[in-house]
Amino acid sequence: MAGFAPKTGAEGTGYTRIVGPLLLPTWAMIGIFLVLPVALMAVYSFLTKEFRGGVIWDFTTAAYDQFFVTRGLFGDEPAAIEWTYIGIFWRSIWQAGVATLVCLIVGFPTAWFIATRPPASRQLWLFLITIPYWVNLLIRTVSLKFLIRDNGPLNESLMGLGLIDGPLPLVNTNLAVQLGLFYSYLPFMVLPIYAAVERYNFALSEAAADLYASRWVTLREIVLPVVRPGIIAGCILVFVPSLGAFLAPDLLGGAKTFMIGSLIEEQFKGSQGNWPFGAACAMILMTLVMIVLIAYARQQSRAEGG
Amino acid sequence: MNRLLTTAAAFACLAGAAHAEGSLSVYHWFEYIPQELVDKFTAETGIAVTIDTYDSNEAMLASLKAGKLGQYDVAVPADFMVSIMAADGMLDTFTPEEMPNLGNIEQQWLDVYFDPGRKSSIPYQWGSTSYAVNRDVYTGPIDSLGVIFTPPPELAGKINSLDSQNEVLILGSLFLGIPQCTTDREQLKALNDMLLAAKEGWASFGSDTAKDVLVSGDAAAGMIYNGFSAKARAEGANVEYAYPKEGHVLWMDNVVLLKDAPNRENALKFMNFLLVPENAAAVTNYAAYTAGVKDVAPFLDEAIKTSPENNPPADATPGVFAQACDQETQQFYDAIWTNLKK
Repeated sequence: MAGFAPKTGAEGTGYTRIVGPLLLPTWAMIGIFLVLPVALMAVYSFLTKEFRGGVIWDFTTAAYDQFFVTRGLFGDEPAAIEWTYIGIFWRSIWQAGVATLVCLIVGFPTAWFIATRPPASRQLWLFLITIPYWVNLLIRTVSLKFLIRDNGPLNESLMGLGLIDGPLPLVNTNLAVQLGLFYSYLPFMVLPIYAAVERYNFALSEAAADLYASRWVTLREIVLPVVRPGIIAGCILVFVPSLGAFLAPDLLGGAKTFMIGSLIEEQFKGSQGNWPFGAACAMILMTLVMIVLIAYARQQSRAEGG
Repeated sequence: MNRLLTTAAAFACLAGAAHAEGSLSVYHWFEYIPQELVDKFTAETGIAVTIDTYDSNEAMLASLKAGKLGQYDVAVPADFMVSIMAADGMLDTFTPEEMPNLGNIEQQWLDVYFDPGRKSSIPYQWGSTSYAVNRDVYTGPIDSLGVIFTPPPELAGKINSLDSQNEVLILGSLFLGIPQCTTDREQLKALNDMLLAAKEGWASFGSDTAKDVLVSGDAAAGMIYNGFSAKARAEGANVEYAYPKEGHVLWMDNVVLLKDAPNRENALKFMNFLLVPENAAAVTNYAAYTAGVKDVAPFLDEAIKTSPENNPPADATPGVFAQACDQETQQFYDAIWTNLKK
C-alpha cells in the first residue's frame, strides 16, 4: 500500500526530491488532526478520573477495568466479566452490520444502474443521489421521524388506503434506527461501487456470455472480482460511521439504550463525567476498527501480490 | 492614498469606540434568553454581548474544565451546580456595593444553600420538574408519580422519560420515598429494580425533545419541566402538568460571576440589569418559568401569571432541590443509570 515514489532509478531521484516537501501539508494534517488527538485520548484513558469531569495525572488502568470487569453494584462481589459495555458494543456492531448489508443490497444495483446509463445522464443520476445530502444530517433525521411517526404521513396514508387498521409502530424501534442509518449512509455505498463499475469493461461480460457462462457465473466470476474494491470501500465507509452514530439511535430509536456513540457522549457531557472511561471506550472502538481495516489491507496486498 | 488613510482612521475610531464600552461573553442555556432583552442591554450600555450555549449543566462544567474558564464572564448553572462550581473554585465573588439591585431578589431566594447571602450568583429563573399527561388520552387521576413509574394501561408504552440522570433518579427516589444520595443498599437496589420495570412502559428518553413529543403525540405522558409543559399547552397539546403527592423536583438557574472573567465590570452590569423587575419579567415571559425577583407581576403576560404550571395548588407537596452527592455515593447512581440504559 505504501511507497509513493520509487527510491531507485535515475528517473526517481528528482521526483522524490520534489515530493518530500510537497507532502509536508499531508504530514501536518495527519499529525495535527489524527496522531495528536488519538495520542491525547490514549493518554487520558490511562489517567485517574476526576470527580465530575476532568482527569488527575495519576496512571491507572481503572477505565479499562471498569469496561471489562464488574464487582457488582456495590463493588464487593467477586470479580466477573462485565457484559454491560460489551453488550452495548455488540449491539452497535450488529446495527452497523445490518445497515451496511442493507445499503449494499440496495446500493449495488443502484450503482450498477447508474454506471450503465449513457454517460450524459450519469451525472444527473449521481446528482439525484447526492442532492439530499446537501441538507444537514440532523434535519434529515428529524424529517424522517416526522414521516414515520404514528400520526405521520406514512401511517396516515396507509390507514387511509385501508391497508392497515392501526398505525405501524415504527418510531422508537430498532427498525427506525436501521432506516435512519440506511438513509444517512447510502451514498457512501453507491459512490465507490459506481466508480468501480464505471471502470468495468463490459466486453468481459460479453466474452463470458460467448463462452456459455450463465449470468450468475458471470456476476460471480467476472464482475465481482473486478468491482470488489469498490464494494469493500463502500462497506467500510458505511460501517465505520454507523458504528459511532448517535443521531439515529437518539432521535429515531428513542435513546432507550446506549450505543457506543451515546455511551461515550455521556462520559463527557452527561452527569457521569468520567473522561478516562470515555477515552477508553473510544480507544477500544478504534482498536476494533483498526483490526478490521488492517486485516482488510493485508488481505488486499496478499491478493494483489499473488 | 489619502482616502485610504481616512477610511483606516475612521475604522480605528469605530473600533476604539466599541472597545471603550467593551464586550461581554455569556455562556448560557440554549433558547433561554429573548434576543430583544440582549439588544436592550446593548442599547442601554453599549456593551456588545456574545452568547455561547450549552444543553446541560454537566456539559457546561465539562467545557469550562476543559479550558474555557477565563473566556466567559457569566454562566447560568442550576442550584446544585452552583455549589459544585463554588467548591471547585470556579466562581468569583462580588460585594453588595457592586450589585446595587441585590435588594430586588425575593426574600426566599436570598439566603440559598448553594450561595448563602448571594455572593457569587443571582437568581435567573426557577421552576419545577414533574410530569404532564395528554388529557385526550388519559383522564384518570394524576396525583402520583406512579402514573409515570407504574403507568396505567392507557399510557403504557407512550411515556417519554427525561434523558437526564439527575432528574429521573430523583423523581424515582421521591416515588419510592427514599432520600437522595442514600447509601442504603436495599434502597438503591429497590430504585434500580423499580426503574428497570418502569422502563418497560416508556417509549423514549429525551430532555430537549420533552415538549415536542407531547405536542406531536409521539408520547401521551412524560417527565417535563413546568415551563416546557406550559409551552406544550400553548402550542395546542391538551396536556396537564402534575404536582404529585410524593413531591417534585425544584430547581433554580442562577447567573454566576465566573472566576477570571475577562470583562468583570460588564458582567456585573449585566447581572444588575437582569435584576431589574421589567427585565426579569421579560425572561419569564419568554421561558415561562418564574423569576426570583420582586415586583415582576406588572410586567408579566396574563397567561404566564395565571398558568397552572406556575401556580401549584395550595395543598401541593413541596418540591425538593437536587443534592450533589459525594463521589463515593455518586458512583452507585451512575451504575443505576447505566443499568437503566444498557
